[in-house]
Amino acid sequence: MSGGQLPRWVDLGLIPFLNLSAAFLVSGLVVILIGENPLDAVKVLLWGSLGYAEGFGFTLFYATNFIFTGLAVAVAFHAGLFNIGGEGQAYVGGLGVAFACLALDQYVPWYVTLPFAILGSAAMGAAWAFIPAWLQAKRGSHVVITTIMFNYISFSFMVYLLGNVLKKPGSMQNETRTFEDGGRLPFLNDVFPSFGFGYAPVNLSLFVALAACVAVWFLIWRTKLGYEIRSFGANATAAVYAGISPVRIIVVTMLISGGLAGMMAINEIMGSQHRLLIDFVTGYGFVGIAVALMGRAHPVGIILAAVLFGMLYQGGAELSFEMPNITRDMIIVIQGLVILFAGALEHMFRPAIVRFFTPSQALAAKEA
Amino acid sequence: MSEIPAIELRKINKSFGPVHANKDIDLVVKKGSIHGIIGENGAGKSTLMSILYGFYHADDGDIIIKGKKVTIADSKAAIGMGIGMVHQHFMLVDNFSVLENVVLGAEDSALLAGGLSRARTELKRLEEEYELRVDPEALIQDLPVGLQQRVEILKALYRSAEVLILDEPTGVLTPAEADHLFKILDVLKNQGKTVLLITHKLREIMAVTDTVSVMRRGEMVATRETGNTSMEELAELMVGRSVLLRVDKEPAQPEAPVMEVENLTVTDSRGVQVVKDVSLSVRAGEIVGIAGVSGNGQSELLETLSGIRRATSGTLKIQGESIDLGSSTLDAADMRRKNMGHVPEDRHRMGLINSFTEYENSILGYHRDPAYSRGLLMDLGAIKKNAVAEIEKYDIRPPNPMLKTANFSGGNQQKIVLAREIERDPEVLLIGQPTRGVDIGAIEFIHRRIVELRDAGKGILLVSVELDEIRALSDRVLVMFDGKIVGERGSNADEGELGLLMAGVEDNRMTAEGGVQ
Repeated sequence: MSGGQLPRWVDLGLIPFLNLSAAFLVSGLVVILIGENPLDAVKVLLWGSLGYAEGFGFTLFYATNFIFTGLAVAVAFHAGLFNIGGEGQAYVGGLGVAFACLALDQYVPWYVTLPFAILGSAAMGAAWAFIPAWLQAKRGSHVVITTIMFNYISFSFMVYLLGNVLKKPGSMQNETRTFEDGGRLPFLNDVFPSFGFGYAPVNLSLFVALAACVAVWFLIWRTKLGYEIRSFGANATAAVYAGISPVRIIVVTMLISGGLAGMMAINEIMGSQHRLLIDFVTGYGFVGIAVALMGRAHPVGIILAAVLFGMLYQGGAELSFEMPNITRDMIIVIQGLVILFAGALEHMFRPAIVRFFTPSQALAAKEA
Repeated sequence: MSEIPAIELRKINKSFGPVHANKDIDLVVKKGSIHGIIGENGAGKSTLMSILYGFYHADDGDIIIKGKKVTIADSKAAIGMGIGMVHQHFMLVDNFSVLENVVLGAEDSALLAGGLSRARTELKRLEEEYELRVDPEALIQDLPVGLQQRVEILKALYRSAEVLILDEPTGVLTPAEADHLFKILDVLKNQGKTVLLITHKLREIMAVTDTVSVMRRGEMVATRETGNTSMEELAELMVGRSVLLRVDKEPAQPEAPVMEVENLTVTDSRGVQVVKDVSLSVRAGEIVGIAGVSGNGQSELLETLSGIRRATSGTLKIQGESIDLGSSTLDAADMRRKNMGHVPEDRHRMGLINSFTEYENSILGYHRDPAYSRGLLMDLGAIKKNAVAEIEKYDIRPPNPMLKTANFSGGNQQKIVLAREIERDPEVLLIGQPTRGVDIGAIEFIHRRIVELRDAGKGILLVSVELDEIRALSDRVLVMFDGKIVGERGSNADEGELGLLMAGVEDNRMTAEGGVQ
């Protein structure tokens, strides 16, 4: 018997909801153990992330990062590849943004710099994904292993570059000079002052991220390349039968994936920090895996999951501020639980739900 | 002679979701008999046997063994009640010896040594009693499939099975090996064991069984004494109407060759030559059949010709072009552009992507065709229109291009593949196992399509392990054994002769020894 088909709303709505509920239930128990009221904690978390415009602005800012890294992982998923290198690809992608901004910021306005920053970040991220992709395609070295190793290489590589090559002369910080206005994306607060985003760093790269979602949807479900990527991911033998070259699909998919991860740097570097600095990725690449898993590798799902994780980041910060007993580490525990239930334990509730829905489906079929 | 039946099933029901796999099944199996259960794929035979062997639990109904009503919780309980099963796919550990495999799961104690020596004595007794000779120290991976199957039977006997269930036991055997198996079954019967033989091959039923029960769509439609029935009657009972066991076709009108293969040699990833110096040609308007037991290089031959696998050396002449296969880098897409279609042997592994919808599968391999794309994009409108047309023409059910192909039955899946490859109007069509796991109704349809394609002047290379199919369809039959073509026969080839060729008896030796009896 095949796994059984569930109605779409169950597959895409109910199961993620149950997984999330389980995660929050367990988180609630942890909060009780610490001696705080979990309902109060939820209130703080929701208010901090959605309750006022500035908080919501922060949520959206984090979500922008997660959309990029989530899309990166999702595209690779469709080809059956597990790109764990989003962290390093985003980090190196920062170089592309910085080069574009440092070269152009004194001469042109931001909207001229932006296309170069997008191309630069995507190109650098893709380049960082290329070697693992090539090794997988030609030598069978598993991308899971090589991309993880490339994360570590990127950390050292960037520290070297920022400490020795790109550092602002006379500074003690491992960072480039601060970009001029031509290298800064406008904050949404400046574009739409009436929304009252205040000091939230959410900026125009949110729209770049949303455009990337549309582009990825189009790529995967409307283009020949997307068809080939999905074919290869679903059944590599059948793909070869169909004349699809595994080498080409692996390399091209990983380049696209790396490029998307690299574009995360636009939000952080051009949108918020306005300089290239060490460790600006801080885990967004890794959380992208969870975002892609929760979002079912579909752009709409990824947007929703990215906002959820943005809420956890922002609401979590508020929570540790309001309830000192709940530290940042607690927030990481909650995130970890969400990842655990949404990703690793994704199949925990599924068999029971399949059993629950199959008979009713049969009835529905008879009525139809 | 005991009158208490070995097994009795009363009103067994089993549903999987909306599928009612077994409906009110009654079955009486006499002790010391060979009882055949025949039916199309999906008729519910395997489900019924799984219930008997404790893999599934019946929704309701009674199982009565030797006059006592029992519940069978799992396969361990089934073994305890003297029921043994030989699965279609053997459950053996390849790098264990025969003895170790027999003992596995019945070791008696934590220390192996004592159990093993006892097992060796017992095995020896069983071998003598049932004439099941096999070296207890041999590794499974070194044994041919026929002997591996014997080990499975020994395993069941070692666990004191009184009733042996064999699920499609001859699927992997040569005709000679199958004959030997039937002899073993006879010996088992004479020793008082009961055998339940599950198969969809009528010939086997007629050859060995005492009684035969026919299943159709989850129901037990008839039980007959084998001596009082005929293949025609059983076939009719299986499908619910009479079926042409032969394919109606005119003699072939072959023209010029459309594909010529010369001295093709293929080496697999382990460095073993799997296709050895094969030369053949296919002319326009003929069906060339390749007979052979599976695993003798036919699969590799098809995969090489279709561009999936690389050859070591050899030449392919197609469309007036001569291609050196040893050095060519042509892939499956290139071969399609040379008007070569390919219905692969395994539709699940290769021919379809089961998580894709029907319409997405209807262009697999042709997705770059300008008819289905616009620049970088897929032309979904054209693709769906084509899918709907193919569904109609090939009577694919349910007629829903948005359904995932995993949700179609075997026969309809095969029609999806066949429609895709035939409707592109290829000059040469490679077909592997066109009707494997397909019900009789669809077999008839598929065979008709293949003959129509031939009559339209196309060349067809057909690989099948079903001798009946090869004989029914082919205008010329080539027999493949151990990577080589060992013989060629005409369309009216003698079945016994083909069987001997398939078993590796060389052409010249056969005539020297006075042919086939």
